[in-house]
Parts: sequence; structure tokens; C-alpha cells
Amino acid sequence: MTAFLIRRLMQAGVVVLVMSLIVFLGVNVVGNPVDILVSPEADQAERARVIREFGLDQPVWQQYLLFLKGIAQGDFGRSFIHGEPALRLILQRLPATVELAFAALLMAIVLGIPLGLYAGVRPESRTSKAIMAGSILGFSLPTFWVGLMLIMVFAVGLGWLPSTGRGATANILGFTTSLVTADGLAHILLPALNLALLKISLVVRLTYAGAREASQQDHIKFARAKGLSEGRIVGVHLLKNILIPVITVLGLEFGNLLAFSVVTETIFAWPGIGKLLIDSILLLDRPVVVAYLIIIVLMFLVINFAVDVLYSALDPRVRLRDMGS
Amino acid sequence: MTDVLPHDAAATGPLAHTLSQERNAGGEGARSVGDGSMPAAAAAAPPGRFIAEFLESRVAAAALVILVLLVSVAVAAPWITPQNPYDLGSLDILDGRQPPGATATAGFTMLLGSDGLGRDLYSAIAYGLRISLFVGVASGLVALLIGMCAGLFAAFAGGRTESVIMRVVDLQLSFPAILIALMLVAVLGKGAGKIMLALVAVQWAYYARTVRASALVEKRKDYVEAARGLALGPVRIMLRHILPNCLAPLIVVGTVQTAHAIALEATLSFLGVGMPQTEPSLGVLIANGFEYMLSGRYWISFFPGIALLITIVSINLVGDQLRDALNPRLRR
Repeated sequence: MTAFLIRRLMQAGVVVLVMSLIVFLGVNVVGNPVDILVSPEADQAERARVIREFGLDQPVWQQYLLFLKGIAQGDFGRSFIHGEPALRLILQRLPATVELAFAALLMAIVLGIPLGLYAGVRPESRTSKAIMAGSILGFSLPTFWVGLMLIMVFAVGLGWLPSTGRGATANILGFTTSLVTADGLAHILLPALNLALLKISLVVRLTYAGAREASQQDHIKFARAKGLSEGRIVGVHLLKNILIPVITVLGLEFGNLLAFSVVTETIFAWPGIGKLLIDSILLLDRPVVVAYLIIIVLMFLVINFAVDVLYSALDPRVRLRDMGS
Repeated sequence: MTDVLPHDAAATGPLAHTLSQERNAGGEGARSVGDGSMPAAAAAAPPGRFIAEFLESRVAAAALVILVLLVSVAVAAPWITPQNPYDLGSLDILDGRQPPGATATAGFTMLLGSDGLGRDLYSAIAYGLRISLFVGVASGLVALLIGMCAGLFAAFAGGRTESVIMRVVDLQLSFPAILIALMLVAVLGKGAGKIMLALVAVQWAYYARTVRASALVEKRKDYVEAARGLALGPVRIMLRHILPNCLAPLIVVGTVQTAHAIALEATLSFLGVGMPQTEPSLGVLIANGFEYMLSGRYWISFFPGIALLITIVSINLVGDQLRDALNPRLRR
């Protein structure tokens, strides 16, 4: 186990290093940021000053080494566009993204588990078949198109909910969140639903499969024979068996939600890191793109690692060891 | 194994990663969980029976018909549309933003309305479908070739080579496809060729894993032993004996992956980092309509979206039925 952990950590380190090299070199070959930074009317001296200020006059490998040194000190460079440190820019917007992903996760649990449970307990009923068909549709629908349709129906057509931006935020226990104000909740509802749709489908299918399997098992039959009420059988005995895999998968999916928020944030103009990434790619704001990618890769490695360890803790049948070797 | 719909862009991330870990931990590296692949040695049924089994599901049959229709529309676009949306000379800005059913200055009826530049939406969708399908299928085929070779090679070489290849595959599959695609697009820049390159890079790992899983099973079978006994070369055994028996899961994964590639391309294009405006795929058309949506002109985004949706859903349905028809375990 310890050997596994150490090797995994080393592997993660190599991955981050390789990724940073690829991303940095790649991003620095594309486009010329000087054209964006300096207005066309600027004179030669002004151009030279800007180039020097951002270190663009040095060879690429030296820029990379400087960049690596910077990362070690928590400095990802300054944004060309905003003039602020890239890391601070990302950290400023991270709460909005995490909040959105969290709301989506909550929605997936609150909507997905009851629906899946219902379909799993009564697989033959019409409603169940509709739920399962709906979940297939949920997998097939492209996220961005669903977002558009949500805006079309609820914001433009019915005018119930706002279509863009983050609403009023409040400060709770040091976190700035929009989950506690009415305006904030109204703003987060559509984007969260949009982001959650795939996960709701996933949870429905997982719960459905789990419920169908578990309802065949002896302890459920015994509970029935004992004369327990249906509500207690499903709500207590069945649910307990299904919950562990569902929660584990959802934990895994959290990173996925962060990645997919790129799409949702762009549609709903949600001021999170996903929108920042797209804007930065379009504006060739290299330091922000590089910083985002490295931070998100780090986050993923941490999540995957934590889940691997957690998974083996929850399910002793899974033994952690190096695969393939 | 078919209970949790496999291969969705979201579920193949860390979930598949963990499952593959579990699989490997079990010793037998062959049974692939949750990635839509299935035991090899399917497709032994004669074609007639296979077709009959496929058509058993009316939904799948309908999906196949729709898919054939869509492909025909895409292929025949220049002959069945009233306007060439790329020919800027034939566009009239006065026709812009017309609702469905309006008549264009050139005289034809714009069945689905027009977009901001005065393009007939029906024509634009037919041409867009062409680009979307081409990008999806072409990148899928290239990825299939690369992934197939890598998977076969890994299964056959074994040892260190195998573990290096599969480590890369596992690592890549532990990140969501859209993240890898965005990363590549950020590195490579915009353009049709680069998008296809990014799609290939995203997809190859799925194929590699599928092929390796079934090749490992096949490798241990007697006929391979017999071929070895005949002193046939390893390349020949791999390509002529093992590969044909790995095709069934590959076809299924290929179908579902194509749907994903199309959706991913549309997503990237929608975000503005995909296909350029000069080659408007369905995603670009939807993105163009986005700005008009808030003013109530829904059709500019809506109809290309519906076209995309029908394409993806029908490919998925066909893929689902293919899996059932090719899977000997489900055979009654």
C-alpha cells in the first residue's frame, strides 16, 4: 500500500511536469501576444518595453525554466489582458465554479436517486420506462444545446429566471456564495440544472441498476417476509445498499463537473474559471491558459488519487497495487 | 454491464479509470467493465441472422433509417438545397433573420427560416451536417486505426511495452474528453485539421483499451496456438487471426465514439474554439444563433440543434442495438 502510494505520487509528479512542458511550449508557439498587448499605434520603444516586461524577448526554453521556477513559488505569471497574476485571477473565480459544480452535484443526488429508485422498484410501470428513456436522452443531449433550450424556455419564453450572470452573493463563514440569497438562487438554478443533467442521468441509471440487483437479495426478501412496510424496505434496507457505489461515483464525477463547467459557464455567462479559460484561449492570454490547465490537471490528479484510496477503503475487494507490472 | 449506459463522455472519466483498476487488480486483465466492450468471439452469426437480430428492436430500426436519411442529406446537400451557403454572392443580407416559411428574394421558400447573414437555414444545416459527419467519422477512423494498432501491439508484446502503453491509456482516460480536447485546442490553435487532430487524440485510447481487452482473451485460445504451431509470423497472427475476432466490440465502440466525436466537435465549435466560420458545422451554426436567441429568434439555434440531436441520438441507438445483437451472452 505504501509503495503504491509513493509510486503513484511520483507518477503524478512526472505527469504534471510533462503536461506543463507540452502546454507551455505549445501555447507559446501559437500566435504573437505582442500584437494584442500593444496597440497598433504604439511606437517601437513602447513595444520593446512591453516585450521586456513580460519576458517575451528571451528564448522559449528560458521562459519555461523561469515559468517552472515561478510555479514552485506559486507564481504562474501575469495575465497579458488583466495585468493581474494568473493564479490570483483563477483563485478569484474558482469559488463561483465550485459553487456551480456543488449545486449540480446536489441536484443530481436529490433528483437522480429518487427517480432511479422508483424505476428500479417498479421496473414494469410506464413511469419507470419513461424515466429510463429520459435518462438515455440525458446522455445523448449535448450539454450546450440543453443550456440554450433552458434559456429559450425559462428565460426568454416564460421569463421566469434570469439567463446570464451570477446573482447577488452573500458572505457566509468566509465563503462568498450565491446559494443563500433569493436572487443568487434564481441565477444558479438554470446553469446548475444544465450542468447536472448528465449526472442526473448517470445517477438514475446507477440507482436503477443497484435497486434491481439489491431487490433480488435475501435480506430484502426477508424484510418483505417479516412484513415491513414497503416504504421502510425501500427507504432503509434497499437504499443503504445502493448508496455506497452511487456516492463513490459521484465523488469521481465532481472533477468532471469542474471540467464541464467550461460549457455551462460560457452559455450562462457564469463568472467562473471555465469562462475565464475560453476567454483566455480566444484572446491568446497565455499565462492564464497555462495556469488554468496546470491547476486543473493537479486538481484531477488529487481527486483521482483520493478516490482510488477511498475506493479501496470502502470496498476491501479492491486491492491497490501497480497494474500491469 | 449494459445497465449503466457506457461510454458517455462523463462516465468514462475517473469511473472507468477506477473500474479498470479493479479489473487489473482482479488478475485477469481481459474482462472490460463499463467501457461498452464485450467478450470477443461474437459476430460468429451469419449475416442474415445478425440483421434479423438487429431489426428486432423497432426503435433501432427506425434510428438506422433516420441515420441513412441524414447521411444521404449530407452527401447530396448540393443537389437538394435551394442555396449554396458558402457562395457569399448568392446571399442577400435583406433575407437575414427571417422566420421559418418566409420567402427569400431569390424566390424559394426558406422552410426553416434564415440566419443573421441571410443564409437559408435548411441549406446551411444540410451543409453543416456534411461537415459534422465528416469530421466525426474521419477522426473516428484515424483514431480507430491508431488505437487498434496500439491495443494489438500492447496485447501481443506484453511486459514493459504493454504496461507503458496501457499506463498512458489509463492516464488519458482518467481525464474527461472535453478537458483533453480543450487542452489540445489551446496548444494547437483553431482550424479544421487541428480539431480533427484533437478528436483523434481524445479517442484513440478508447479503441486501444477495447482492442487490448479482447486481444488478450483471443491470444490464449487454441487457434492462436495452432497458428503459432504452423510457425506463422506474429504480425500475421495478429492481423489475420486475432484482429478479425476483436472486430465486434470495436464496431460497437466505434459507433458510440463517432456520436461522441460529433458532439464534442459541436461543443468546441460552440465555444468558439472549434471549426472556423468559413466551414460552419452544426456547432458553429448553433453558436451563431445564440446571440439572436435572447431576442426571441429561436429558430437560428433551434433547428441546427435539432439536427445535431437527431444525429447523435440515432447513432447512439444504433450502437446500443449493435451491442445487443453482437453480444452472444444476450442471445436467446
